[in-house]
Amino acid sequence: MTGKLTTVRAGALTTVQDAGRRGHAHLGVPRSGALDAPAMRLANRLLGNDPDAAVLETTLTGCALRPDRAVTVVVGGAPCPVTVAGRPVAWGAPVRVPAGAVLDVGPVTAGVRSYVALGGGVAVEPVLGSRSTDLLSGLGPAPLRDGDVLPLAAPTGRAAIPVAVPWPAPPAELVLPVRLGPRADWFTPAALRTFTSAAYRVSPHSNRIGLRTEGPALERASTGELPSEGMVLGAVQVPPDGRPVVFLHDHPTTGGYPVIAVVTEAALAAAAQATAGTPVRFVLG
Amino acid sequence: MTPDAPQPQLTARPAGRHALLVELPDAERTAAFHAELLRRRAAGTLPPVEEIVPGARTVLLDGVRNPEALARRVAGWELPPGAADDGDLVEIAVRYDGPDLSDVADLWGVAPDEVAALHSSLTYRVAFCGFAPGFGYLTGLPPHLHVPRRATPRTRVPAGAVALAGPYSAVYPRATPGGWQLIGTMPDPGPLWDPARERAALLTPGTRVRFVTAEDTA
Repeated sequence: MTGKLTTVRAGALTTVQDAGRRGHAHLGVPRSGALDAPAMRLANRLLGNDPDAAVLETTLTGCALRPDRAVTVVVGGAPCPVTVAGRPVAWGAPVRVPAGAVLDVGPVTAGVRSYVALGGGVAVEPVLGSRSTDLLSGLGPAPLRDGDVLPLAAPTGRAAIPVAVPWPAPPAELVLPVRLGPRADWFTPAALRTFTSAAYRVSPHSNRIGLRTEGPALERASTGELPSEGMVLGAVQVPPDGRPVVFLHDHPTTGGYPVIAVVTEAALAAAAQATAGTPVRFVLG
Repeated sequence: MTPDAPQPQLTARPAGRHALLVELPDAERTAAFHAELLRRRAAGTLPPVEEIVPGARTVLLDGVRNPEALARRVAGWELPPGAADDGDLVEIAVRYDGPDLSDVADLWGVAPDEVAALHSSLTYRVAFCGFAPGFGYLTGLPPHLHVPRRATPRTRVPAGAVALAGPYSAVYPRATPGGWQLIGTMPDPGPLWDPARERAALLTPGTRVRFVTAEDTA
């Protein structure tokens, strides 16, 4: 049975996310999709959903939702208190929300982004094959506002898995394995040493487009402008202020600042959960 | 490049574990390499590649299983000259009424009413997209018609604005901030970007573009 989900409290930034848009980067369309993709997939699997069914991605302050039909949900990713109709319920495991009851996803106790997977998934109309909200170019549904109503797909009929599973803890220190290039030669040897040895911190100006860092500036060997070129997910771009920015899922598809290295995609889930001030190290590997 | 001055046609740079950034000596050979990639993909002779993203002098191949093997493969390609000149041709009607028309006329050293004739006399090619979905960077302006960006970007450039910056011309598919010189307006910018359409972007890399003055089409 399909249903409707009313937004009682939208929170700081709550968006619809799935696996994102692939194959349209040449048109200027970012990949988008859940920043902590493993958390989205685990939450969906616990529900018996397709692993890439659309979920809600919250930011720091959670959200509150009221379904008009009974629905099983999993709240995972960044840990947070969860209540149904005011009563505490499990985080990270399937929970039944009766029709008309309020599911409250509280502020995170660690990490940044919690994922709210719902039986059947969020059924907003896909755009270019994805339901994801893309904050850079405005594709997909706008971030939730109080009172917004989202359609819910019918449950799959597969049973939820009512077991406790281990969820990775948000990182106390973010270690990002990188491969140098494609533009490492735009930097001095000293800058390359600094990049792979210095202590950086996650900047509070980080968002779904990029994980910004604070720390020593990286000096360029070549001045001048780089003609615009394609950018990959995980690219570490160095803007004129010299502080590395790790491109996350809503990153622009082309850019004109040199990319010193690329972070292994598997490490980006931890990057999505690193709060402002978290120590960051870039390591070759 | 002359035939008796051989030089490497391309440099393949790794971009992480699953991508290759192929750099070409100039925009023409970048276009030829991009056209060759699309030709081989259509023919089924290219290994699976998730994204083929051209830039000004590069083509990014992303979502590649074995970038090293692909790098070796593309290094041997001969790029036929003129291979990039057969893209679809799109005509865009323009009213030459932009707020920077007289500034551009000064930079070009012509009278304001000659900008339209010059700009609409050329055939352009979408070199690459970026900045916003459906925003194409059009090459084809000769070097003496290249203009700088505005010193102060506008906080809002309307959808349909026809603009110039550096070697490029473009049409804004939707209202955004922007620093390009605005010379005209596409009266109906809707077709530039429509994600519900099978071909979401009107201006895809490789598409050739001619501007016609809107009066001509009235």
